[in-house]
Amino acid sequence: MDFDLSEEQQLLQDGARRLLADRYDFESRRRIMAAPPGYSPALWAAYAEMGLLGMPFAAADGGFDGGPEGVMIVSELLGEVLALEPWLATVVLGGGVLRHAATREQRAALLPGVIAGTTLLAFAHTEAQSRYDLADCATAATMQGGGWVLDGAKMVVLHGETADHLIVTARTSGSRRDSAGISLFLVPAGADGLVRRGYTTADGMRAADITLSHVKVGADALLGSPGAGLEVAERVVDEAIAALAAEAVGAMQASLRLTLEYLKTRKQFGRAIGSFQALQHRAADMMVAIEQARSMAMLAAMQVAETDADLRRRRMRAVKIEIGRAARLVGQQSIQLHGGIGMTMEYAIGHYFKRLTAIDTLFGDADHHLHMLAEAGGLADAA
Amino acid sequence: MDLRFTEEEQAFRREVRAFIDAELPRATRERLAAGLGPTKAMTVDWQRRLNARGWAVPHWPVAWGGQPWSAIKRYILSEEMQAAPAPAPLGFNVAMCGPVVIAFGTEAQKKRFLPRMANLDDWWCQGFSEPGAGSDLASLKTRAVRQGDHYVVNGQKTWTTSAQHADWMFLLARTDPDNPKAQEGISFLLLDMKTPGITVRPIVTIDGGREVNEVFFDDVRVPAEHLVGTEHRGWDCAKFLLSNERTGQARVGASKERLRRLREVARTTPGDGGVPLADNPRFRTRFAEIEVQLKALEMTTLRVLADENRALKERKPNPASSVLKIRGTEIQQAISELYVMAAGPYGLAAAAADADTDALPDWMALAQGTYFNWRKQSIYGGSNEIQKNIMAKAFMGL
Repeated sequence: MDFDLSEEQQLLQDGARRLLADRYDFESRRRIMAAPPGYSPALWAAYAEMGLLGMPFAAADGGFDGGPEGVMIVSELLGEVLALEPWLATVVLGGGVLRHAATREQRAALLPGVIAGTTLLAFAHTEAQSRYDLADCATAATMQGGGWVLDGAKMVVLHGETADHLIVTARTSGSRRDSAGISLFLVPAGADGLVRRGYTTADGMRAADITLSHVKVGADALLGSPGAGLEVAERVVDEAIAALAAEAVGAMQASLRLTLEYLKTRKQFGRAIGSFQALQHRAADMMVAIEQARSMAMLAAMQVAETDADLRRRRMRAVKIEIGRAARLVGQQSIQLHGGIGMTMEYAIGHYFKRLTAIDTLFGDADHHLHMLAEAGGLADAA
Repeated sequence: MDLRFTEEEQAFRREVRAFIDAELPRATRERLAAGLGPTKAMTVDWQRRLNARGWAVPHWPVAWGGQPWSAIKRYILSEEMQAAPAPAPLGFNVAMCGPVVIAFGTEAQKKRFLPRMANLDDWWCQGFSEPGAGSDLASLKTRAVRQGDHYVVNGQKTWTTSAQHADWMFLLARTDPDNPKAQEGISFLLLDMKTPGITVRPIVTIDGGREVNEVFFDDVRVPAEHLVGTEHRGWDCAKFLLSNERTGQARVGASKERLRRLREVARTTPGDGGVPLADNPRFRTRFAEIEVQLKALEMTTLRVLADENRALKERKPNPASSVLKIRGTEIQQAISELYVMAAGPYGLAAAAADADTDALPDWMALAQGTYFNWRKQSIYGGSNEIQKNIMAKAFMGL
């Protein structure tokens, strides 16, 4: 048993941390957020140059071969600075589908661009009625003339507005909520009949609603076996949960740091407010929650590659529950301990709170996963 | 990063299980599995069997009966014992007084006391808390006055667990009342409970239990050779003692065992609407919630262990270790609440000492009493609020 980073991982962490520390202060972030495309293409290129965008991909595909631990390291650092770049959308989600479902030819066509930072991806799965249910897919794909025709609508597609390719879940057989019959398609963003409406999400990131009206793609747009897309989508979402867990740890750690600085400098009644026990205990509660969340982010990194899908799902649900609860507690307490200043747009802490809230919501909040885990009979291995 | 246990560690786990299966008396295992505490005789018997195998005090130096093990191997042994379930070696001996004597005691004290502690030939109790000194332990008032080659002890201790069984007590007493700093002027003494002038009175706890006591000292004479460490510097011993073996406080193995048993009995316990409790959505949700918290605690425990495995000089103070007491006790208390929920109205029938509980399964009869009793967990060993004070100071600079 070993929780230490290898020397290579340590170097990676140090390098990425330096880059972000130099270029991602709060003011720079505000400027990046205010102008299209809502993230920094220059930083994205810098991530590529450091090899970060190749993190989860196999060396044979030109990747860094960093595994879930590499993704954890990068995600945590991005969380610390509230990075706005499409790391989750392109590398973790889009890249994840390609890793698990694409043929060698499909990977060769796309991954070099992803790794070089020149190709952006997005994963379109949420629909108006689906909520968190990946199997609830009304978007349809039908065979026509050797290719496929897609019809439907997707919502809150993370970084969907700037992606070069969308990876879309669509039903090729079965009825709306069947777990079989969902397929994955690679759709060029410029395809005829594809309309995107981009917007800023509640946490300051970018997303898009997308409609597909008779969108024609070739036979080679299908990723993986027809009808077997759900298994891939679940696996990729579990990887996204692991990445979000690490991002949350980074964001919570930064929130606690900001909050402690404030507690030590803000004076009321003639003394630093951090000397008041009522506030100290809230800070201690935050630290307890963060340590437990860190443990779960490590568990996620070490077990997201579990081959037993049912066991993997249960564990990632457990991770998301603990992360979601911690994110809520740390976010809320950070605002409370800052008092009025925490309510202002000009101050960093509120932005951390918003991202932490988004992290709880993405791919199922703590209550959703608790319900699903309870239905499934619990973690079992912990008892 | 690698979460797996090594082949050697897994082999050791099998060895521990085989040992427990062969050596743990059935009556002891059954009593503990029902949720009852071990009797004194059971604890003594089990610790002697462990000691014969060399496993009673693995964390002690090899010269005093310890093992040259990693922190992880020690954890495996303790986790398997909690899972069996088997009685834990007596903490007052092996985790509290023993390490203090090893670190601060004279050679003569080590030779005289350590082998008997390891074998539970002497049952030790802890004389720290007083009526006026709880969380503020350093305000203790029990006096020890040096007269020739003895200390004469007067005063009172309280919450003294199993003083009624004890042969010896390690206690803190004030030897220099003129020192203005409360922590200075305290000494760490070893006291034979058969010495004249000692009165032990039981305190009945809210579950009806008799595990804690008041202990009164009336001119009790303690030979000066039973002073541990330097006179007036007993606080150093106390701090050392309280910082030891934090991973044990999380009691992950015990909580796993309690949940496993609850899952089993819930299958045949009536829930609402004629379906078993195991199929009740509220029960399932609360059960899963605790499982998740326990999983996180287990991971935190392993992180602290991996840290303890490092050489001392490479270790940094780890905030994760402070989490163990707080979350460990909260989770154990939450499990005890879930047992109360599971027992439902039947749990009420068992709380009184005069109730006829033969009709109820043991876990049901014990649910409420255990819940009442376990409220102590967030109070003892430095209350959870004190833990948060420590975190604020040590890790957050507040």
